[in-house]
Amino acid sequence: MPTKYTTVSIPQPLHAKIEKLIAKKRGFKSVSDYVTYVLREVVAMHETKEVPEPFTSTDVEEIKQRLKALGYL
Amino acid sequence: MGESDYGCVIDQMRLSDDVPWTLPVLLQVEEGPDAKDGDELLLRSEEGAPAAVIGYEGTFRIDKKEYASKVFGTEDQAHPGVAKVYSSTGLAVSGRLKVVGRQDPGTYAEYTLSPKETRVLFAEKGWQTVVAFQTRNAPHINHEYLQKSALALVDGLFVNPVLGKKKPGDFKDEVIVDAYKALIGQYYPRNSVVMSVLHYEMQYAGPKEAIMHAIMRKNFGCTHIIIGRDHAGVGNYYRPYAAQEIFGEFPDLGIAPMFFREFYYCTKCAGIASEKTCPHGEEDRLNFSGTKLRKMFGEGEVPPKEFMRPEVAQAILAHRQPFVE
Ligand SMILES: [Zn+2]
Repeated sequence: MPTKYTTVSIPQPLHAKIEKLIAKKRGFKSVSDYVTYVLREVVAMHETKEVPEPFTSTDVEEIKQRLKALGYL
Repeated sequence: MGESDYGCVIDQMRLSDDVPWTLPVLLQVEEGPDAKDGDELLLRSEEGAPAAVIGYEGTFRIDKKEYASKVFGTEDQAHPGVAKVYSSTGLAVSGRLKVVGRQDPGTYAEYTLSPKETRVLFAEKGWQTVVAFQTRNAPHINHEYLQKSALALVDGLFVNPVLGKKKPGDFKDEVIVDAYKALIGQYYPRNSVVMSVLHYEMQYAGPKEAIMHAIMRKNFGCTHIIIGRDHAGVGNYYRPYAAQEIFGEFPDLGIAPMFFREFYYCTKCAGIASEKTCPHGEEDRLNFSGTKLRKMFGEGEVPPKEFMRPEVAQAILAHRQPFVE
């Protein structure tokens, strides 16, 4: 099942700049490719900051007991 | 993994929600279960223990040739990953995981930590940055240098050997664990390294598997992962540094790769070197093939200390048959 795509608008001069940039760089097949890459990077940066640790303080105490018993702490 | 995720993974190296994911994870069956969409199914381990509950969403057939060529880059059945795909049923179950039981760690319970546990452990140790080392081998000196070079740049090292099904000629699980215990006990500062094992079956998918290895270590709370030469490769199916290049396609992995060239003992440099630091030829490198090493250990011989720490060699020799037959 192929990924579905949608369109976003960017200013034409920016599009032209990116075209020039990727002509010199290997690895990007199109402006869309480049924009997708950059946006994934930026979005991931924000997401990493927001993710809370997946456990409660009770979990942490239990885990610490096990880690101590095993000699890790 | 359902049909739409499967399709996205083999074509785009992402799940259908855009999360990086490079290898299919399929539940293959002989025949579809007698169930309808939405039913809950209990999955059992090979030993019969309850393992997970999924919400059933039907079955789908995979094209094994397509799977092999898109995932492994080859349809050659001499490739162990390809052979496994060809010997599978080709009928996969779609469903959403609802409950996952804790895996029975078998004989390695005391060395098996869950991602929650490693995250708490790293936090307790005060490590902000942790580099993971994936391995399926007993440590040579060159592995130790690789790990210590990376450790110089971060707070902690997470040695995470893979235990589970292996190829004949590979070191047995217990040998790898004992060899690392010997190495870490003698040559690593206690507060800089943690070893825990990972129960996982290698697929030998080279670059694509390197990405999965990174994702797994991110889940354990690591910020970095060491990617060396021919990571997760087998035979000559992948270019030596293909597993490093592929990381350029994933700006959103959430774990940073640390790339290294191969280390070796150079007789002219009289020390551990790499292609980056040593101008000498291959004839000056101290190297033992897997075959040679198996022969040496078979005859009770110890490799030179420039190749392997004597304590590690002794830990291996303490096993009567250290290799998978
Ligand atoms: Zn040299």
